[in-house]
Amino acid sequence: MRRLFSASVGALLLIMAFTAAASIDVYEFETDQQRAAYLELIRELRCPKCQNQDIADSNAPIAQDMRAAVHRLLNEGKSHDEIVAYMVERFGDFVSYKPKVSSETYLLWFGPWLLLILGVVCIVVLGRKRASEKAASADQLSKQEQQRLQALLNMHTQEPNDSARSQEGQQE
Amino acid sequence: MNQRLVYITPIIVALGLGLILFTAIGKDPTRLETARLNDPIPAFKLQDLDNAKRMVDESVLKGKVRLLNVWATWCPACRAEHDYLQYLANQGVPIIGLNYKDDREAALKWLKQLGNPYEMNIYDPKGSLGFDLGVYGAPETYVIDAKGLVRYRHVGEVNARIWESKLAPLVRALQEDAAASARSPQEEDKV
Repeated sequence: MRRLFSASVGALLLIMAFTAAASIDVYEFETDQQRAAYLELIRELRCPKCQNQDIADSNAPIAQDMRAAVHRLLNEGKSHDEIVAYMVERFGDFVSYKPKVSSETYLLWFGPWLLLILGVVCIVVLGRKRASEKAASADQLSKQEQQRLQALLNMHTQEPNDSARSQEGQQE
Repeated sequence: MNQRLVYITPIIVALGLGLILFTAIGKDPTRLETARLNDPIPAFKLQDLDNAKRMVDESVLKGKVRLLNVWATWCPACRAEHDYLQYLANQGVPIIGLNYKDDREAALKWLKQLGNPYEMNIYDPKGSLGFDLGVYGAPETYVIDAKGLVRYRHVGEVNARIWESKLAPLVRALQEDAAASARSPQEEDKV
């Protein structure tokens, strides 16, 4: 049993090793900055074929081509923004996980903040309103309540002792 | 008044968001924008598929309205659309092929066996022109106007439905434009 288990774990590890090896490219860079820029870019660029994967994650042929192009352009001395522009020129705005801020993407960039602010405003306004209602109801009684209070007070001031005694008697 | 506003605003926001999201239902998310739309075909220098010694460049795609069909022997959907491309070619639709990331021998064998609907084929074994065009999978079919500008891109198989609804009306309109500007080039320039 144990042997079977370890054999299957071994097989699994072997398979995982192969799949992991499949997506490793060997690229050499002149400087560490270029390496860092490469690693940042391949996580920011989106694979057009296998959507919702960045090109670091995807092993589609087009993602491989894009990684190779990023490497080539970096070695040519292109900057981060130039490389993103190069990809957008070919594959459209879709290709960047960080789309540029333009009139088309205002909603995307600022929509969530707008909704958050709107929500906070609603909560604050409603909360304040409720608090003031509570405060008002604690300070003041409505007309009906006033009348009832007055009636009770009148009853007790007229015959406080008698009524109390008779109630005790009934209970015993 | 103020209170009503507080209650109504979230409802309006929710309805608005709902409407935006509702319009996206049924949209095919794999259909991407065409980044090269209305741009010239990127410059290239590649071999003719038939003849390794003959180099061709972007000028082969100028002069008349054409389809540029990106294909490869490893692509099943290319096989599926091949017969329809042959039918279009027989109808007189000019098609240039971009043989994409393929093997020359295999591609020539395929054309011999299945028929050749192409005026000529550009041989792009590394997919460099494909990359510059923004091809992310074969087959893709572009409508190129007489000036060599990209006017439409269809991703996926071309069939009778796609041809009739998307490609044919555009091709006809572009052909009329080209004919009109050929008749009176000065007027066209003024317009």
